[in-house]
Amino acid sequence: MKKLLIANRGEIAVRIIRAAKELGIPTVAVCSEADRDSLHARMADEVVEIGPASAAKSYLLVEAVLDAARASGADAIHPGYGFLSERASFAQAVVEAGMIWVGPDAASISVMGDKAEAIRAARRAGVPTIPGSDGPVVDVEEALRVAEKAGYPVAVKAAAGGGGKGIRIVESADMMREQLPIAQAEARAAFGNGDVYIERMVLGAKHIEVQVFGDGVNYVHLGERECSVQRRRQKLIEETPAPLLPSDVRDAMCSASVGLAEAVGYRGAGTVEFLYEPQRNEFYFIEMNTRIQVEHPITEAVTGIDLVLEQLLVASGEPMSFTQKDVQSRGHAIEVRLNAENPDMQFMPSPGLLETFTMPAGPFVRTDSGFIAGDTVPPFYDSLLAKIIVWGRNRDEAIARMVRSLRELEVSGVVTTAAFLERVINTPEFRSGEYDTVFLETWQATA
Amino acid sequence: MAQHEVRTPIPGVFYRRPAPDQPEYVVVGESVTAGQTIGLVEVMKQYAEIKAGVDGTIVSFQVEGDDIIGPGDVIAIIEV
Repeated sequence: MKKLLIANRGEIAVRIIRAAKELGIPTVAVCSEADRDSLHARMADEVVEIGPASAAKSYLLVEAVLDAARASGADAIHPGYGFLSERASFAQAVVEAGMIWVGPDAASISVMGDKAEAIRAARRAGVPTIPGSDGPVVDVEEALRVAEKAGYPVAVKAAAGGGGKGIRIVESADMMREQLPIAQAEARAAFGNGDVYIERMVLGAKHIEVQVFGDGVNYVHLGERECSVQRRRQKLIEETPAPLLPSDVRDAMCSASVGLAEAVGYRGAGTVEFLYEPQRNEFYFIEMNTRIQVEHPITEAVTGIDLVLEQLLVASGEPMSFTQKDVQSRGHAIEVRLNAENPDMQFMPSPGLLETFTMPAGPFVRTDSGFIAGDTVPPFYDSLLAKIIVWGRNRDEAIARMVRSLRELEVSGVVTTAAFLERVINTPEFRSGEYDTVFLETWQATA
Repeated sequence: MAQHEVRTPIPGVFYRRPAPDQPEYVVVGESVTAGQTIGLVEVMKQYAEIKAGVDGTIVSFQVEGDDIIGPGDVIAIIEV
């Protein structure tokens, strides 16, 4: 790898540039018109402007990104997360252009990007999945049979959906007869693919995911992350290890994840997401993300392994620098996603000039951001202002450090979710670890 | 006849249609009611509806669909 183009913006672009610099690899940033003066554009060795502010006309344009790579002489592309990171056709185009794709091959992305295909792959690898259909259901008769066996209520999901989109809850056979054709028509309209599959509704579940890594020969896990604190299916707080997760379940989850990575010949960093149902003490595969995750730093904090650096090594054709026995998780880490949103106004986005932006610091506090004081947060992209990651020898120590960090943060010019995050951390549910994926919205509704 | 300026409180990208494949919310010359949506502003992946604010007739749009707008910009003029 001689020169790396980062096909992303914001904090993750900055994060990747840092890893590349440590490996001595020159970097090329791409930016939209609106991001000309952004931190990621300033930090890279070179920058190519690829289009207007709208992501659809810049960061999401495959040809614009490839042209920038050719023009700058980059021989590798790191997609970050979001944007083009899970588009198999982009991964393929990068390879066909003779460049290194920092990520798993297009075939792995493609299998995991199709929810029904991914579930089939998981079942073949012996990974537990939510009781339901084996792939898309063909008609109402099959849907009724599957739902009866799994038990109502069930979720009817678009195979090409994701992020909570394209899901219908069906509570009875009558409702299934009525809803299935609508769900199929909607899926066709929204995603260009009318396939839907059925799963039993898992209630009171925790969202727990496992970080895996592979180099085509060796496959390892780096432990789990508890990501149940979500609002509108967007994760807000993540921690590792997952509190209250029985160690035998953790071990089974981690080895199932490694098994899946191995089964698809996975290369690079990936995340296997599960629902864990405490009442039944069972876990089920939901999906695999074939990219670096927003919340990867908590795994780095407890393992001491730089995941992005490792991605670059493996993409260059090197083996991973560590084996399973080298992964020794220590202490507890928590991440909060600080968003430029106003919690008092239904989380209305709050772009604007960061007049003051002083991050918390001190022992075992890490902050990843795409902005510094004096920068303008543009209105065109997501509202992530910064990630604050803390480490402690145990969970209590990490919580105290996070509360201290949130109070130390100074921001003016935009409204942030800092005070809201502190209130969430102080709820009895968070403190006890007894929270599930609907906890936050339930708490907000009653608060 | 008084003219009312519809302004956006938030910055972002302005759209005249609910989705690219759907018709415009309203066209010039059309009568609108105060609570009627005349456009959409996308800000940080969220969408805010722009309401007419008054009963009247749309005289003109001051911005086009896909235009980048700032807080306080005039979106449309309505004759009351």
